[in-house]
Amino acid sequence: MATLLIPTPLRKFTENQAQFSSNGTSVKEVIEDLLLSHAGLKPHLLDADGNIRSFVRIYVKDEDIQVLQKEHTKVEQDTLISIIPAIAGGSY
Amino acid sequence: MSTEFSKAELERYSRHLIIPEFNIEGQRKLKEAKVLVIGSGGLGSPLLLYLAAAGVGTLGIVDFDVVDESNLQRQVLFSVADVGKPKVEAAEARIKALNPHIKVVTYNTQFTSSNAKEIVRDYDIIADGTDNFPTRYLVNDVCVLMNKVNVYGSIYRFEGQVSVFNYTDKDGNIGPNYRDLFPSPPPPGLVPSCAEGGVIGVLPGIIGSLQANEVIKVISGIGETLSGRLFLLDAATFETRTLKVHRNPENPLNGANPTQSELIDYEQFCGMKTTEKQETLHVKEIDVHGLAQLRENGTDFQLIDVREPYEYAIAHIDGELMPLNSISDFATQIDKTKKVVIHCRSGVRSAQAIVELETNFGFKNLYNLKGGIRAWAQEVDHDIAVY
Repeated sequence: MATLLIPTPLRKFTENQAQFSSNGTSVKEVIEDLLLSHAGLKPHLLDADGNIRSFVRIYVKDEDIQVLQKEHTKVEQDTLISIIPAIAGGSY
Repeated sequence: MSTEFSKAELERYSRHLIIPEFNIEGQRKLKEAKVLVIGSGGLGSPLLLYLAAAGVGTLGIVDFDVVDESNLQRQVLFSVADVGKPKVEAAEARIKALNPHIKVVTYNTQFTSSNAKEIVRDYDIIADGTDNFPTRYLVNDVCVLMNKVNVYGSIYRFEGQVSVFNYTDKDGNIGPNYRDLFPSPPPPGLVPSCAEGGVIGVLPGIIGSLQANEVIKVISGIGETLSGRLFLLDAATFETRTLKVHRNPENPLNGANPTQSELIDYEQFCGMKTTEKQETLHVKEIDVHGLAQLRENGTDFQLIDVREPYEYAIAHIDGELMPLNSISDFATQIDKTKKVVIHCRSGVRSAQAIVELETNFGFKNLYNLKGGIRAWAQEVDHDIAVY
């Protein structure tokens, strides 16, 4: 099963789960699977048209899906998918 | 004429000078370098300490804040005696005590669109130690528009990110910048700041030190910088990843068809202004003295606290705990006939709770405690901890 890593700011929508496993064979299927289990995540990942939002990046292994086949990027059983959110802390 | 070193400097930097590929030429580049550190807090502390110790010749520091007791958990630049002093003043004294051979320039002001160009003009490298999205986009944009390298670090709870943006390599290729990675920021409230979300004290020490290392690599030309890569650390699990970052043809600053050639209003860009307006327009308020009066008069009212249980453990004023994220589940426990005062830490979450309760359950008797428990601790009861 492909493994999706959930970053800290989004874990409040996954009951603090840091990882999600899915049998999906593309990024799109894995994300649909994730949103089926954790519907509260949807507005934080996808815009009204279903596109990945501009303050979140999705990576397959170490590569941005935007330079692969976007949400149609294929994933295999041992693929690691990461959600990378914009975070801003530092000074305080 | 090339930069010279005194005997004291040669002795001081000897551990650099004996690294074969660094040697006195690397040290000379450090001494001639001008680095601006924006924000002298969690990330700025290790950045400034290590860059000063390493011998960066000119260090600029931008910060408008004063040292607060709650900073000392992670901002190792400051001591108990500095509490209440302007950060740039305390930082300058500490850095000069650490290394008298370098020049320190301070800017005790907020970094804004109107002063950014003037401040960064004289520097080669900018290190971003800020703590909010508007300033991060401002730092990025001014670096791209003025052709400066932006050494970026950011933290949240246990997570850290590091990269080097807008770096020109030896073949003249310009690397990606922050807008290539995140074209626009999340809406306000989605990602809390450290003040709201918390941060483990050591994390900015790790991430700020990695930024200092990247600054030294950019100056000396040694090794491979993080340009075109994003380093991620989860300090809780010790998971580290290094991901590729690419230039985006749609980048408004330096993509295929640039549309932005000046700095903009970053508060507006990050959606801050609209939110503030909405919050002040729709919610009835009571200030902390009004609440104190209600208690003194023995008025029959209900006090509700919408923070989390771990915040209640730090400080509370005996409100009934009904956390914001499940506030609707508590609707039946909220009185509709008498005055109800709702509070949180600073007044933002309680306003959100009131909007939700008014919209979904028709409440008309809810009052937001202005400034939250922070204002209560500062103005009414000084025995309560301010966090």
